[in-house]
This record gives sequence, C-alpha cells and structure tokens, in this order.
Amino acid sequence: MSHQLLAAGTNADAISRETVFWILAILATGAALTMILVRRAVHCALMLAVVMLCLATMYAMQGAPFLAFVQIIVYTGAVLMLFLFVLMLIGIHSSDSIVETIKGQRLAAGLAAIGLMVLLSLGIGHAALGPPTHQNDALNGSGNMPGIAQLIFSTYVFPFEVTGALLITAALGAMVLAHRERTSPKPTQRDLVARRLASGHLAPDPSPGVYALHDAADRPALLPDGSTAPESVSTALAQRLVEDEEPPAVMKEVES
Amino acid sequence: MSPVHYVALSVILFVIGGVGVLVRRNAIIIFMCIELMLNACNLAFVAFASMHGNLDGQVIAFFVMVVAAAEVVVGLAILMAIYRARRSASVDDANLLKY
Repeated sequence: MSHQLLAAGTNADAISRETVFWILAILATGAALTMILVRRAVHCALMLAVVMLCLATMYAMQGAPFLAFVQIIVYTGAVLMLFLFVLMLIGIHSSDSIVETIKGQRLAAGLAAIGLMVLLSLGIGHAALGPPTHQNDALNGSGNMPGIAQLIFSTYVFPFEVTGALLITAALGAMVLAHRERTSPKPTQRDLVARRLASGHLAPDPSPGVYALHDAADRPALLPDGSTAPESVSTALAQRLVEDEEPPAVMKEVES
Repeated sequence: MSPVHYVALSVILFVIGGVGVLVRRNAIIIFMCIELMLNACNLAFVAFASMHGNLDGQVIAFFVMVVAAAEVVVGLAILMAIYRARRSASVDDANLLKY
C-alpha cells in the first residue's frame, strides 16, 4: 500500500507532476512571503509549517521519499514544536515592533534582496542544469533508503561520526545555557516554617464564603441562612473540642 | 519537471528568508527565517541529486537537516537565556555591548 503511494508520488505522469509542482510552488512562496509579513510570531511558525510540508511533498516528487519523511518528522514535528514551545515560554502574544531602528533599513534590505536574487539567478543561469537523469531508476534502483544508508556508512562515514559529536555538543550546550546559577541558598524546610510563622498566617487561606469569621479548621461552615453546619467540622476535631470542654469563640457568637 | 524549476523556487525561498532575517526584529522570527533558508538549500540539494541521478545530494541534505536541528537547540537555548536576562526577545534590546 505505502509502496504504491510512494510510487504514485514519484512516477506520476508529467502533466500531473507539473500541476502539483506549480500548486506547491505558489503555496510555498505565498506562505514564505506571509511569514515575513505577519507580525505575530505564532502565525509565522504556522506559515513556516506550510512551507516545510510543501517542500516535503516536493522531495517525494523528486525521488527522495526518505528525506520527505525526515522533513516531516524532524522539521515539522520536532523543530517547529521546539519553536512553538519557546514561543509559549516567552509569551504567545510576542509580536514584532514595526519601528525602524536603523533609518532606511527596509529599503536597504529590499535592495540587498534584489541584488542577491540577481546574483543567484545569474549563477544558476551559467550553471549547466540539464534534465533529470533517469532519476527514479538510478536513484532508487535498490530502494532509496538502502542507497542512502550505503552512502552514509561508506563514503560519508566520517562526517556521520562528526555529526554525532556535534549532536552531543549541542545537547551539552543547551544544558549549560538552560542552567541557572542560584544567587541565594535554597530555602530549607526550617526556613519555610520560620517564614510562615513570621507571616502570622499559619493555615492555608479558606475557600471563599465557607468560614464566618475565622479560617481555622475547627470552625463550622456558615450556611446561607446564617446558621452553622456542625457536620462540616471533622469528627476527629469535634472529639478534641469536647475533650477541651471549651467551644470555640465563633460557635458561641453564632449561637447567641 | 526539470530541476531548474526546483532550483529557481529554492532561490526565491532563500531570498525571502534572507529578507526576513534583515527586516524582522523578533529573534524567534529571525530564527524561523534562517530555517527557511536552510530548507531552500535542501530543496536545491535534492534537485541537484535528481539531476545527476545519484544520492549524494540527498545525503548532504540529510546532514544539513541534522546540523539545523542541533543549531535550533543551541539557538533557542541562547534565546531563552537572553530572554531571562532582558525580558525581551527583540534583537534591539540585546545592546549591552553597544555603548
């Protein structure tokens, strides 16, 4: 089933491939333009996701199913989620200021973009770009993934090892950067108790409207009609009150 | 489709990403634009691979993806550190060394 699907992506006839290419190209360019125009960072991330999915489809069309899936899993799945995660930490409403801090920066950026575009187009125009060399057979003769695996573990084995070192370095770097140095010693349990005693407010705050004048646990809750509800006091506490032979002040107030 | 079209699209996406890096002020958006540029490069690599009929371009694109993932991790960690210190993700606010 999946083989048929992949084959449909890679071996479709020329016209449908062309149609899909143009749809995806317009979609990707539009999403990329929207990405640099919208102000909210979240919208930016969503537009980037659209571009990445378009590119993944294009990889599949060009006989690179492995890269297409890696693109979806690693880029759209992991990297973009990381972006959204950091956006969430920084604040989902973070948006750009539209004030130009450097005078004429937009104009200069536009000119630089046109220059870069011309330069790259000239470079590509001079390069010998021929038609695809019977890609799908040559590329995927014994399957795309076995071919890539063979290359990675033979010709590119040293870069592959270096990549491992790079990933470890990146993980360590992220850990070092995320580590926060403590400026004051960590409060112990004794410190916390002292702080709470000093505050003069020992028990947690009562739920709103439950207790009449005090927030201690041995004071009964006040009912809507103004009477007290003795069953709201725990039986263990009630027993202790009987042993003490002294009803709490509030009970007396309410009864009188 | 000839690879020229794909390469042309990758040029367009690369330039759009470059404009984004130059124009935007929010560091996260700048990062996303860099990712867009890397993706454009990957598209060109895959197009070249299909043009030459071998898999080297695809392997290089795979390495680019790995490096990009590592870069995003460290970059976002730096961003969080700056945000903790300056309470802002704007590149204009990280100007302690300027004056």
